This record gives sequence, structure tokens and C-alpha cells, in this order.
Amino acid sequence: MDVKAEILGHYNAKVFKNRKDHILKIEEGEEAEISANTRAIPGIMTNRGCCYAGCKGVVIGPIRDAVTITHGPIGCGFYSWGTRRNKARPGEDGKNFIQYCFSTDMQEPDIVFGGDKKLRQAIKEAMEIFHPKTIFICSTCPVGLIGDDIHAVAAEAEKEYGISCTSFSCEGYKGVSQSAGHHIANNGLMKRVIGTGGDAPSAKFSLNLLGEYNIGGDGWEVERILKRIGYEIVSIFTGDGSVADISRAHTANLNLVQCHRSINYVAEMMKTAYGINWLKVNFIGIDPICGSLRDIARYFGDEKLAQRTEEVIAEEKAAIAGDMAFFKTRLDGKTAALFVGGSRSHHYQSLLRDLGVSTVLAGYEFAHRDDYEGRDVIPEIKEDADSKNIEELHVEKDEKRYRAFLNAERYEELKRTIGLEDYKGMIHDMPDGSYVVDDLNHFETEAFTRLLNPDIFFSGVKDKYVLQKGGTLSRQLHSYDYSGPYAGFKGAVIFGRDLVMGLYAPAWGMVTPPWKLTRAAAGGTTDA
Amino acid sequence: MLELTPKTVSERSALRINPCKTCQPVGALYAALGVHKCMPHSHGSQGCVSYHRTLLTRHFKEPAIASSSSFTEGASVFGGGSNLRAAVKNIFDVYDPDIIAVHTTCLSETIGDDLNAYILEMTIPDGKVVVHTNTPSYAGSHVTGYANMLAGFIRYLADPGTEKNGKTAIFPGFVNPGDIRECNRLLGMLNLSVIMFPDQSGVMDAPMTNVYAMYPEGGTTIDEIRALGGCERVLALGHLTCEEPAEELKKKCKIPYTLLPLPIGVAATDAFVMAAAEASENIPKEIEEERGRLLDLMLDANPYFHDKKVAVYGDPDTVIGLTSFALELGMTPRYVITGTPGEAFTRHVNALLEKFGVADCTVKAAADLFELHQWIKNGPVDLLIGTSYGKQIAKAEDIPLVRAGFPILDRYGHSYMPIVGYQGAIRLAEMIAGALMDRQDRDCADEDMEVVM
Repeated sequence: MDVKAEILGHYNAKVFKNRKDHILKIEEGEEAEISANTRAIPGIMTNRGCCYAGCKGVVIGPIRDAVTITHGPIGCGFYSWGTRRNKARPGEDGKNFIQYCFSTDMQEPDIVFGGDKKLRQAIKEAMEIFHPKTIFICSTCPVGLIGDDIHAVAAEAEKEYGISCTSFSCEGYKGVSQSAGHHIANNGLMKRVIGTGGDAPSAKFSLNLLGEYNIGGDGWEVERILKRIGYEIVSIFTGDGSVADISRAHTANLNLVQCHRSINYVAEMMKTAYGINWLKVNFIGIDPICGSLRDIARYFGDEKLAQRTEEVIAEEKAAIAGDMAFFKTRLDGKTAALFVGGSRSHHYQSLLRDLGVSTVLAGYEFAHRDDYEGRDVIPEIKEDADSKNIEELHVEKDEKRYRAFLNAERYEELKRTIGLEDYKGMIHDMPDGSYVVDDLNHFETEAFTRLLNPDIFFSGVKDKYVLQKGGTLSRQLHSYDYSGPYAGFKGAVIFGRDLVMGLYAPAWGMVTPPWKLTRAAAGGTTDA
Repeated sequence: MLELTPKTVSERSALRINPCKTCQPVGALYAALGVHKCMPHSHGSQGCVSYHRTLLTRHFKEPAIASSSSFTEGASVFGGGSNLRAAVKNIFDVYDPDIIAVHTTCLSETIGDDLNAYILEMTIPDGKVVVHTNTPSYAGSHVTGYANMLAGFIRYLADPGTEKNGKTAIFPGFVNPGDIRECNRLLGMLNLSVIMFPDQSGVMDAPMTNVYAMYPEGGTTIDEIRALGGCERVLALGHLTCEEPAEELKKKCKIPYTLLPLPIGVAATDAFVMAAAEASENIPKEIEEERGRLLDLMLDANPYFHDKKVAVYGDPDTVIGLTSFALELGMTPRYVITGTPGEAFTRHVNALLEKFGVADCTVKAAADLFELHQWIKNGPVDLLIGTSYGKQIAKAEDIPLVRAGFPILDRYGHSYMPIVGYQGAIRLAEMIAGALMDRQDRDCADEDMEVVM
């Protein structure tokens, strides 16, 4: 059966024409090209969010020591309040603002006469009550339309209160998904935060962890492992992150990139400005974790570090081997579909493989072609009207602080051996015969589930109950169904436990009432 | 938890902190989900509807379908007409609803998109319907949006020329499917023939069957909405939620309405039952017995309720109902707030407080949870009643919390269960007594621990 044709056959001509290039079957030896980061189709239920969600919700929101004011009507601030599980503990300064929602709650007169006055007053009130060192302003749709000059308000606030105040024009209508917001947030952090925190050198084995949002405590588990080996974590972008740390990010000797989509801009810009190399890592799944740890050690080229890395890997693996082996006996041979933002659909495939689960479908909500096909494709990606509207920030080499950690020879060698500053994309790791779908929509989620019949469908909460009502286990891979961490060694065990728990929940077997079962089935097991 | 909240209350005129409301469109979306085979549609950027579907799904633990016009920067400059036309075509082609209920967003409102004109001019397949309402996010709250969507359905569909059907229309207010079921059960006991509008029962609490239905069996049908124009009368539950749609139906179809509080607690349920029954002799013994059981419980457990200081927060009509019941239980409301603006709220609550002789209670509309927390720091309470967002205050100040209202994001099964009617009050009383008695057990000295309470 041609699954792709079967699904596209349900569409009218326009939708067909659009969607056909977003659905791909991996065939052996065939070049895989996919359309991505294009406009969602009006009326087709996409899972995508908006630019504001990418900027405030994903990148800026988790920074704990800043007051982040949403400038707009109340909804946007409300929906992004405590809903993403980006955990944070107060730092040394005792500040943790992520339990709070700050909004200018714009009313009709603000829309008609301009909202900058209210924003100015909101900043004043935030200063009086909380005395923050940093204020971020994130704007919502109407702000851009009525032309409030939030950047001028931010500049005034800096002068008046002697604080750092950065505004992000991340109106929801910009770009085609959250992705535009990531980019805008990256630009703001690069322009206004990174490099502002003094130049006291960090340890030799120092790292920034980029694109780690500490969902369910993932970042803490990764930090635990890295610290055991002996690394100094200068800053985390941005889960449990702080302005204090991010402002010193330029002093680290390597940038680790976990979520490529949301943070690769910062990695590239820091390379240009400060000479910091970056390495794509993955702390989800045992092989990628071990691979990433070894790559990091190789980057620093220190024998003791390499040895310590092996010791930690051996200990950590031994500690979880029993649990993982047990979960595998319960999960071996199962199949999964994954539809998440811009990295996890790739990352989780190896963890699933560890547990004997193969992937039949994977897709990204807001990825670009390079997240699918690898960074080699970047020169081929054409700019369109929507991406042109997002500022491409060109940074200059910071002559004073630029430090090349590697000599040219080592750099070239590491590019070859550990894939320094490269990402091969999700498709590279996907099995033949599996499907890749960009911006999977409600109709396709249902149709693919029917046609491919995965045992588990990893997605977000909007899909979860659609799938479960239809009898397919769904786990939220954005929020981990309020569990986690899933990263690192310890996370792998929690992930395995959660899958077994979900698949073997007794209730699955009771969904059909006994009086509706055939006599034979009623005597035996169930029809689940 | 919330360590940065200072005890000193300061005047704020611009900064909203920890809101107790959200924006209009999500209310409109919820209202539209109470119409059978309806696709709610958000005319704006897709981020709005993504947030709204997420919030509703998290509250109900059910799919919440809705589509979007998916505005980009171009549509925001040139208007969203072509996006809406494309959306409507695609929705009917791919998802085949009977009706699309469009609501606007702050984006489409700010650029001044004329939905009336767009819908008049577009091609709609035979037998299908497109309606709309305006829900600018910068006015009112999600409760306003809910009311506006109902009014929108009525404007488009309620038919003044329809035959008189002798039915009573019930506008149940912004409540859970469990509440609507309870209303329907009471009305069934009264043998009243009704049109429930909207009706999310059977939609937002659809059973698990191993078959996903995009349009579950529940919901008010289009024919029923048309037939609202032939109803005898309307019972509109919730003064601050349902007056607008009731007024709209009166204006369009001359159907008289009675505005009642949400039937939470004894007096409000009495009022509802009496209004529904029309004559007292129509009220069956079974209802009287239910009421009697509630009163029995209230008296039995009275010592545990008596003079307990309580803070109630949430949506206006829900909060009015919960405050009323708290007073009936003998509790003392100290703070009663809603995030939704409108001074009618304070008038209603103050009238209740006066009736029970309670002074020294702060009542505020357009309030937020940050100031509620600050007040509590200055004058503590024994109990919080409200939504999930109060759990931060509950933890920070170590106060028990009884969850009621919208949204409740951290519990399962709550939306199946009523807080309206005598049964709903029994449930509330049990939850409140349980929370307070657990607290007593937790806090008392070992020698004071009572097995019998």
C-alpha cells in the first residue's frame, strides 16, 4: 500500500500540492529532500505555535533571574505561565521569576492610543516590587500592528533604572511557526546578554550547554554527568539558566548544542564573535550519550579526561543495565511514531532503539530542512518572504575576546572525526521504509496511525487524547506527561519505565465491555 | 514558592502579575465545542489556537479541536480575507463539520478584518453553516468570549419564524460537562423539555471506546439552535456570563428570559429548580430528598465549616456561586476575586455578604492572584477555593486548596463531576470538609488526633 498516496488522496488540489513535499518515505539509496519551514495551510489543523511562543515560551521564558514582561493582551502571557515544565531553582541571588507571569494586560484604549505608556508604567512597577537586574519585554501581535516602540521604552528603562532591559519584537504573526521566535530570541541574547558579564576566564574544560531547556529536569541530569567527569558548565541556554551565567558564556571553551533548531544561531554567532567551537550532542539514549561524552573528551584532547569519561560511562551504564534490560524485554519489537518540535523526534529514536522499539514515522513541528537533511543543505535553502522578515544578525569578530581553542590542524581533524560544527539531521539516522512528515496535522496524525499502526505515538497534548481515544498509547514528548527527566542515563530508565507503564496499563484490556467480546475472546485475554 | 512576592501591597495600574483570567478566544472556542459537529475556528495567527486547544485539553484531558486562519505577516498587513476563505474551504473538505464557528483574535481585530463581509461573500457548501463572533482579546476575558460566541450563534441561527415548540432553553454558563449533565438530570426529573445551549457533555467528556470520533455524539445541534427562536422561555444561568446571549435571543426572537445565578449551593439551586419547575407542585419528592441530604450533610459537618476563613477566586459567576455556598456552610469569605473586569461582580458578591452579615471581606473584579497572595500574607485564610493557579499560593502559605472552576490543569476526573445542583453542593461540601479535616489531622498534636470526627 502506498501510504503517502493514500493520505494525499484525501486532499483537495491546493492542499495536495502543498503537502506532497512535506511527506517522505525513506527509501534505500534514494536522495531524501523535504519541504519544511513553509507556511501552515489555513484551516488545516497544525500543531504549530507562533513566534511569541518560540521566543518567550521557549528561549527567553526559562531564564530565571529576569522579569520577562509580555506586552500585549492577557492571553499570551497567561498561556506561557508555568506550562512548559522548564524547571528552575533560585540561584545565588535568590531570584526565580519563572513561577510568575508578568503582562501589561493591554486593554482597548491601549490598542487605540498606543501601549507604550502602559509598558513604561509596568516596568516602573516591576522595578519597585522586584528590583530585578534584567527585564525582558516580549511583544505580541497587536503591539507590532499598532507600532509601539518597545525598543525605545527598553532603552529608556536602562537609563532610568540602571538595569539591562532587552525587548524582543516577537509578534505572533512573524515567520511561520515558533522557529522565527527562536531566531529573534537568539539575536537578542547575542546582542544584549552574551559577553556582558566580564571576562574572568573559565576552567580549561568549560562548556556552555545550548538548547537545553531543562524540561522535567533534563538539564540537571546532563549537568550531573558532565560535572562527574570534571567539566565546568559556564551557562545553560536556557533551562534553569540565568542572565548572570549567559552573560559569561563567551568565556567557555566549547558550546554543546542539544536542540539544534532553537539555538544554532547563537552557536554560529559565538563562533564568529568569540571563536568558540560548537559540537552537536545528544543526551537522549545510551549510545548518543556515550558518543557525545567521548566526542567532548576528544575535543579537549586530554588523556586523563578521556579516561575519566570512560570510567563514568562504565559506572553509569552498569548502574542502569539491569533496568534497561528488563524494560527491553517488555518493549522489544514495538513500533513508535514521533512528532515533536525540532530535535526530539530525532533524539528519541536512539533511546527507543535501546529499548527495542523501532521508528515508523518521525516529524518535526517547526524544523528547517537542515534539521531533517543535515547542515550540508543550508546553502540550498531558498529565502522566502516569511524568513526574510526575520533579522539575520551579522556579528563581527570580537578582536579583544576572540580565542581559538584549537589550532587549524586540530580543528580540521576534529571536524572529520567528531563532526565538529556539523549536524547530519534526522533523516540520516532513520530506517528504510519509515516516514518523515513535516508539520504533521490532525488529519495526517489520524491517517498515519490507522495505516502504520504504531504501538506508541509520541506527540503533544493536543494530539494525545485523539490518539488514546483511538486505542493508541500516546506519551507527550514536550512535557513528558509530567514525568522525567528522560535525558541522561537516569532519564533513560525513567523513560523505559513510563513506556512499560503506559503500554501495560490494565485499563487498555478493559475498554471493550465483556458483553461485546466474542465468546472466545471473552474467555481469553482482551482485544486491546 | 513565590518567595519574591512581598508582603507590602503596592498600587499597580499597568503590571498584571499572575492573572486570574485569560483572553476571549478560548472562551469562544469552548462555547463552540458545545455545538454538535462544529469546528471552532480562530481567525488569527495559529499560535492563538494552539494555546487555546492546549489549555482546554489540559483542563478536560480530552481532544479540543479547532482550526486557524494561520496569519503570517502578509495577512496581517493586507487583511485575512483570503486566509479565511482558504481555511473554510479546507475545513469543509478535510474535516467535514456541519458548521464552522469563527471567532476573532486581537490580531484580526486590530487590523479591523470585517468578518460579516467575508462570510457574506464566501462560498459555503450547501447545507453547511459558517457563523462568527468578535472576541478581541484586549477586552473582557475568556468569559466574555464564551458569551460572545453564544450570541454569535444566536445572531446567525436562532430563527424567529420557527414554530413554537414549548421548550425551555437553558444556557448553562461556563461550566464543565459534569455540571451540564447534572442540570440535565434535574431538568429530566422535572419532566421539562429543554434545549441545552451549548452542551459540552458527550463532547468534552466523550467515553473511551478505542474509536476516535472527531465529532462525538454530544453538543447542541444546529436545528436546536434554530429552534431557540421557538422556545417558550430561557433560563440563563450566570448573571455575568449569560445575559448577553439571552438578550440577543430576546432581541432577535422575542423570547423572554430569566437570569439566575449559577446553581451552586442551596439558594441558587433552589432558585434554579423553582424557576425550571414553574409551580412548586411540579417539584418531585426525589429532588426534595436530594436537597434534604445536602442540608443534612451541611448540619452534620457544620463544626468543621464554622467561621473558617476562605478566599475564593476564579470566573465571576463561578466565584459568586462558590461564595454563596461558602456562606451557607457558615464559612467566612475574606477575599473574593475574579480576574474578569466588571463591577457587577462586586455588587453581586457584596449583596451576598450583606445577607449573611459578613463584613471585612475584600471583593475585587479585575484582580489578580499576586494581590490575592499579598492580602493573604497580611490576613491569612484557612482555605482557598479556585483554580489550579492558586496552588502556588497554597504551597507558599501552606493553605489547603479545593479546586473548582476553570482551569483545573492538575487533576483528573474533575470535569465529569458537578459543582452545580444539590449533588454538586454535596460534592463541594465533601471536598471542603475533607480538606479542612485533613489539615486538622496533619497539624494537631498526636494526643489530639481524633479517629472519630
